[in-house]
Amino acid sequence: MPPRSISSHKIFVFIACLWPLFSVSYAIFYDNLGANPIEYIEKHFGFWALIFLCITLALTPLKLITNSNKWILFRRMLGLFVFFYTSLHLLIYLGLDYQFAWSDIKDDIVKHKYVLVGFLAWILLIPLAVTSSNKMISRLKKQWKKIHQLIYVIAILAILHFFWLVKKDMTEPIIFASVIAILLAVRIYFHYAKSRK
Amino acid sequence: MKTKKILSSEITPEHIYNDRRKFIKSLGVGISAATFSSLAFGKISSLSNVVTDQSSSSLKKTSYKDITTYNNYYEFGTKKSDPSEYAHKLKTDPWSITIEGNVGQKKVFSIDEILKLTPLEERIYRLRCVEGWSMVIPWVGIPLRSLLKKVAPTNNAKYVKFTSLLRPKEMIGQKYKILDWPYIEGLRMDEAMHPLTLLAVGLYGKILPNQNGAPIRLVVPWKYGFKSTKAITKISLVEKMPMTSWMKAGPSEYGFYANVNPKVDHPRWTQSSERVIGEGLFAPRVKTKMFNGYANDVAHMYKNMDLRKYF
Repeated sequence: MPPRSISSHKIFVFIACLWPLFSVSYAIFYDNLGANPIEYIEKHFGFWALIFLCITLALTPLKLITNSNKWILFRRMLGLFVFFYTSLHLLIYLGLDYQFAWSDIKDDIVKHKYVLVGFLAWILLIPLAVTSSNKMISRLKKQWKKIHQLIYVIAILAILHFFWLVKKDMTEPIIFASVIAILLAVRIYFHYAKSRK
Repeated sequence: MKTKKILSSEITPEHIYNDRRKFIKSLGVGISAATFSSLAFGKISSLSNVVTDQSSSSLKKTSYKDITTYNNYYEFGTKKSDPSEYAHKLKTDPWSITIEGNVGQKKVFSIDEILKLTPLEERIYRLRCVEGWSMVIPWVGIPLRSLLKKVAPTNNAKYVKFTSLLRPKEMIGQKYKILDWPYIEGLRMDEAMHPLTLLAVGLYGKILPNQNGAPIRLVVPWKYGFKSTKAITKISLVEKMPMTSWMKAGPSEYGFYANVNPKVDHPRWTQSSERVIGEGLFAPRVKTKMFNGYANDVAHMYKNMDLRKYF
């Protein structure tokens, strides 16, 4: 792709990635959040963080399947959107749900394992976001790849967070877990296919 | 009472309902809310002879819309919006409740017979869900004990087991084995005979909407919401503690007693505070009260029990 079309593609993808922010703002404006608005917004951002996590993890498999590098152009941006929506999800929990009542929040994190793993997943996203710039990539070299392999741990924590929070109906966590498992399977398949050659 | 589907035009708008209550209070006499409604709207209301309860009227009621669109009723799906979307498929007429087990004589009651047992009462109760949210609901119903007394429980009647309707064709959530259908709940005999324990047939002065457990449901205000069985078809007076649906589904999470208790946490949700439905985006959580604020009425039933063990 010529550079100009790359940047216009990037702008398009960037705007598309803002959809969850737009749709929830629209719902807030028109008072369309239902009986439990805080729960609605909290779940909304959590859901979209998972969606962006799946999309980000899908780029390398897409590259392998289509034999095209263009997917990787969007990986950093999408990865940063995972961090963005996870942070909003956390911020709603801390600020709106608990109104920054730190001792209650501490209790919630310590006592409830789904909160704990969710919180851990967010913490692990920080080094990935911080080291996402070109400067960091060239500075860290091989280390960079190792750090960014944390995304697999984060994916597992995020899925556990969802499984442990659901009361009884596991349909949605199972769907997300399956998608992530399939994406990992594709990578593993190509890894072995390549090493056999 | 005819348990036909309610037209939206029949539902009293909430602000009118609230004004009406103010008016009733200002008169200072126990005028039946339904009589007044028929005067105001020129038609016969579906619930008549409702005696209003003055003691709890200071509580700020949750809106009719929130009460009827945010429901946990897995028979119609696991999303909060599913019951209001799918419950209209349920036919609640005809309906009867069988009362059996350790009773003088097994009896089958129609809804009409139950409604004639004793005057309907309005009770404004707090509802606390195990998930950490709460509402205030103006129920209309009769005390459960006035029904149980009719069947003369024997000395072997130690517990009361409630069975909900099993009808997957109309309760579409029952097509999935989310819980072991039909829904089963239970109470100890003294809990069932407690004056606060209600069989509700209405809310906000109107027939109970399907998504809230029509035509008849249990309301036990000092326990988490899941104890309050909806769409009851059978009441069995039994000797042994019944196994309930949620105990089967998660024995470490849901106990038989399920009394609201801020000091005993659920593995998933904090029970020390709750989110009050309808208070908007910037309202803080409020502290949950022991026995959901009904400790003065009910704590004596549990005084020698370890409530951590019997959660």
